[in-house]
Amino acid sequence: MDFPEALSCPLPILSHDTVQLAHGAGGKLSNEMIDKIFLPRFLNSTLEKMEDQAVLENPGGRIAFSTDTFVVDPIFFPGGDIGDLAINGTVNDIAMSGAIPKYLSVGFILEEGLPFETLHRIVLSMEKAAKLAGVQIVTGDTKVVNRGSCDKLFINTSGFGFVPENVNISASNLDVGDKILLSGTLADHGMAVMTTREGLSFQSTVESDTAGLNHLVQDMLAVSTNIHALRDPTRGGLATSLNEFATSSEVGIQLFGDAIPVKENVRGACEILGIDPLYVANEGKLVAIVPSNIADDMLSAMRGNEYGKSATIIGEVTDKHPGIVAMLTGLGANRIVDMPVGEQLPRIC
Amino acid sequence: MKYLDEFRDPVVARKILNEIHAVTTQPWVIMEICGGQTHSIIRNGIDQVLPKEIELVHGPGCPVCVTPLEIIDRAVEIAGRPNVIFTSFGDMLRVPGSHKDLFMVRSEGGDVRTVFSPLESLKIARENPDKEVVFFAVGFETTAPGNAMAVAQAAKEGLPNFSELVSHVLVPPAMEALLSSDANRVQGYLAAGHVCTVMGWDEYDPIAKKYKVPIVITGFEPMDVLDGILHTVKQLEAGTHKVENRYARIVEQGGNQPAQVLIKDVFEIANRKWRGIGEIPVSGFKISKKYAAFDAELKFSVDDIHTEEPEACISGVILQGLKKPHDCPAFGKECTPQNPLGATMVSSEGACAAYYKYQRILSE
Amino acid sequence: MCLAIPGKLLEIFDENGLKMGNIDFAGSVSKACLEYVPELEIGQYTIVHAGFALSVLNEEEAKNSFDAWDDLIDRANAEGIEVEKLERPD
Ligand code: SF4
Repeated sequence: MDFPEALSCPLPILSHDTVQLAHGAGGKLSNEMIDKIFLPRFLNSTLEKMEDQAVLENPGGRIAFSTDTFVVDPIFFPGGDIGDLAINGTVNDIAMSGAIPKYLSVGFILEEGLPFETLHRIVLSMEKAAKLAGVQIVTGDTKVVNRGSCDKLFINTSGFGFVPENVNISASNLDVGDKILLSGTLADHGMAVMTTREGLSFQSTVESDTAGLNHLVQDMLAVSTNIHALRDPTRGGLATSLNEFATSSEVGIQLFGDAIPVKENVRGACEILGIDPLYVANEGKLVAIVPSNIADDMLSAMRGNEYGKSATIIGEVTDKHPGIVAMLTGLGANRIVDMPVGEQLPRIC
Repeated sequence: MKYLDEFRDPVVARKILNEIHAVTTQPWVIMEICGGQTHSIIRNGIDQVLPKEIELVHGPGCPVCVTPLEIIDRAVEIAGRPNVIFTSFGDMLRVPGSHKDLFMVRSEGGDVRTVFSPLESLKIARENPDKEVVFFAVGFETTAPGNAMAVAQAAKEGLPNFSELVSHVLVPPAMEALLSSDANRVQGYLAAGHVCTVMGWDEYDPIAKKYKVPIVITGFEPMDVLDGILHTVKQLEAGTHKVENRYARIVEQGGNQPAQVLIKDVFEIANRKWRGIGEIPVSGFKISKKYAAFDAELKFSVDDIHTEEPEACISGVILQGLKKPHDCPAFGKECTPQNPLGATMVSSEGACAAYYKYQRILSE
Repeated sequence: MCLAIPGKLLEIFDENGLKMGNIDFAGSVSKACLEYVPELEIGQYTIVHAGFALSVLNEEEAKNSFDAWDDLIDRANAEGIEVEKLERPD
C-alpha cells in the first residue's frame, strides 16, 4: 500500500521502534511520544497548553455531545484506517443532530509492541480527517497495555459541537408523506473491511467510504432547517437506522427496492458472501427524512456536495404498517426489512 | 453483474408471472427443496404474487435447519476444547444446540473461526501445526466437493492436525422420504439447481416416475424461480411427471464428474438424522475408511450427549409442510428470531422466521 | 442451500498443488479452486460455491432461456400489453 502522506511526514526519531509499557507510565518516554508523535500533528492553541483539561469558550445555545470507541480489525483497510474512522465517526454522530462539530478528545489504548511507524501513520490520518472536518483535538490520553490485552490499538473519541437555532432533528420526528433521502451508495465500508479480513481470500477492490459529513449537513440545513431526522447508518446498516426511525416515530417506511444504490464491486462481494447490503455498515453516508415539499431542493443541495454526489430518494414515510420498514420488490411484492439479528456473517446457504 | 442481473429483470419476471396465472386452473402444492430458493422467494416476494391456488412449501434444504442436534452438541463440545481451532461456515454459528451455540463457545474463550471455504480451514491447519483444526463440514451435495477436497488435500500434504466433523445430507432420499409419508401434500418439486450441478439429475427420474410428481430443476434468480414454478404448474395441469432441466446454463445431466469421483473416494453413504424429521436411510455422507484419520467424530470421543430438543418445537412437521409455524405454541412467544428454540427460527429463510416477519405486517 | 454465484475467470495459478483461479465478481476478485472444472478457460464464466468452481456457464443455454422468455414477451405484445425487450448478455 502506498501512503504518500507518510512519505512527506517521515517518522520522527524516537528512542524505541515500538511502544513500551513505559510509554504509558507518564514519565520521560510518555513525554517523548506526546511531543514527537501527537503534538506536532494535533497542535492548536488549547492543546499546546498541555493542561489536564481543555478550557473552551461557550458561545451559548445547545450543545451536541457524543462519544464512540473504535476497535476495527484490520486497522488499515482500503479507503481508510482506524484513525480517520475514529475522527469521522464522532464528527458524524455530532453532525447528525445538525450541530457544527468543534472539539474532540482522543483516548488511545495501545498494545505493548505496537510499531511507532503504525501509530504515526494512524495519527497522520487523524490529523488529515480533523482538518477536513474543521474540528480541533483539544485533549487526549494514552494508555499502554500488556501484549495481548488489546489488539494493536483502540481509539476512543468524544466531542461536541453547537446546534444552530431552529434545528430540531430527531428519530421521533417522522411525518407521514416525508421523503427518505440517501446520500450515496450503501455497504462500502463494511464490505471493504470484510473483504480485507484474513481468510476470505479476496483481492479487494472495495474501498471504505469513511468521511466526515458535517459540511454536507450544513449544506442541507442551508436549504431548510426543517429536516425531520438524520442518521449515519453505521453498524447494522440502513435497515437498522430506518427501523429505529419507524419505531420511534410510530410510522411505516416504504422503500423502493430498485432505487437503493450499491456500487457494482460492492454488490459482487455481497453476492458471493451472501450478505444483504441493507445490513452492512457505512461510514460516510447519511439518510435524511424531510418533508416532501423540500425533498427536491434538499436533493440538489446534497448532490452539490462531494459526499452527496449520488444522493437519491429511496422511499417515503407511510401511515400503513406503523413500526415496520417494507421494501417494494421488482415483482410488485412488499417484503419486510427487519432489524438484523447479530452481526452479518458470510454464509454458504 | 453479468449472468445475474439479466435474470432479475422485473419486466420479464412479471411476464413469466402472468403466464403462471394464465396456466393455473386449480390448487397445487409445490415444494422448493432448497433454502437458497426460499431465500429468493422471500426476498423478491414471489410467494405474495403467485396465484392463490399455488401453495409453496419451503423444504428442508438448508444445513442450518436440518443438521441434527447431536451434531451441533458435538460441535459445541469439540469447539470448547483448549487445543482446538474450530472452523465453520458463518451459517452454523447461531444454530442452537441443547444448551449453547458456537457463538457462546467463542465468548467463553473457545477458538471458533468463520471460514468461507474449507481450504481456508486447511490453511489454518498448516499454520498451526500444534493445534487441532476441525472443520464443520455441513451441507448438501453442492458443498461436498469442497469438503471432500479439503480432506484429500490434508492427506496429500500430511496434515494430521486437520479433521472434519461431517454432517452431510443428500437431497433425493429426503425427497423420497417426504413423498412416501402418508401425510404428504407435495405434488411437485422444484429441484435444487446447484445440487444438480454436482450430481446431475439421473437420480430424479425414478422418483418422478414412482410418485408421479413433476420435478423441475430450477435456478435461484427471480426469473429462474418463476420459470421453475411455471413449468411445474404446466406439468401438473397437463398431468405429466417428467424431470425437466430449467437451469441448463449451469446444470448438465451427468453433473460434475471429477467432483463425483472425489466425493466417492473421501465419503461413503450413510444413514443420517435430519433435525426435525428423524433418520432417513442412506441420506448422507460420512468420511470413508480410507480417510478415517481425518474424521473428527473418531478423533474426538465425545460421550454423554443428551440432546434436548425444546418440547414445544414442531419444526419437523413444519419442514414437511404438514403444519404452519403459527400452529406451534411457542411461536412468537418463547421462540423469536432473537431467541430461537428451533432451527427453522434461526435462518432468516426458515419457515418460522419468515412467518414471524409476515405475521407482523398481516396483523396490521 | 448452496449459494453459488457466476464470475469470470481472470487467471489460473497453483497453490499447494491445487489448480486455483482468481474469479471476478463484478469487480470484487476472489480466489476459487478450479480442480473440478479442468475445461474452464480464462474469460469464461463459472459458478462458485464456498470457494470451489463447480460448472462452466453454458452461454448457449443462457441464450435459449432468453429466447423462450422473449416468446412470452412477443405473445404479450401481440395481446397489446407493452413490454420492453430484454437486455441480453453479450
Ligand atoms: S416457532 Fe420456534 S419452537 Fe415453534 S416450531 Fe418454529 S422453531 Fe420450533
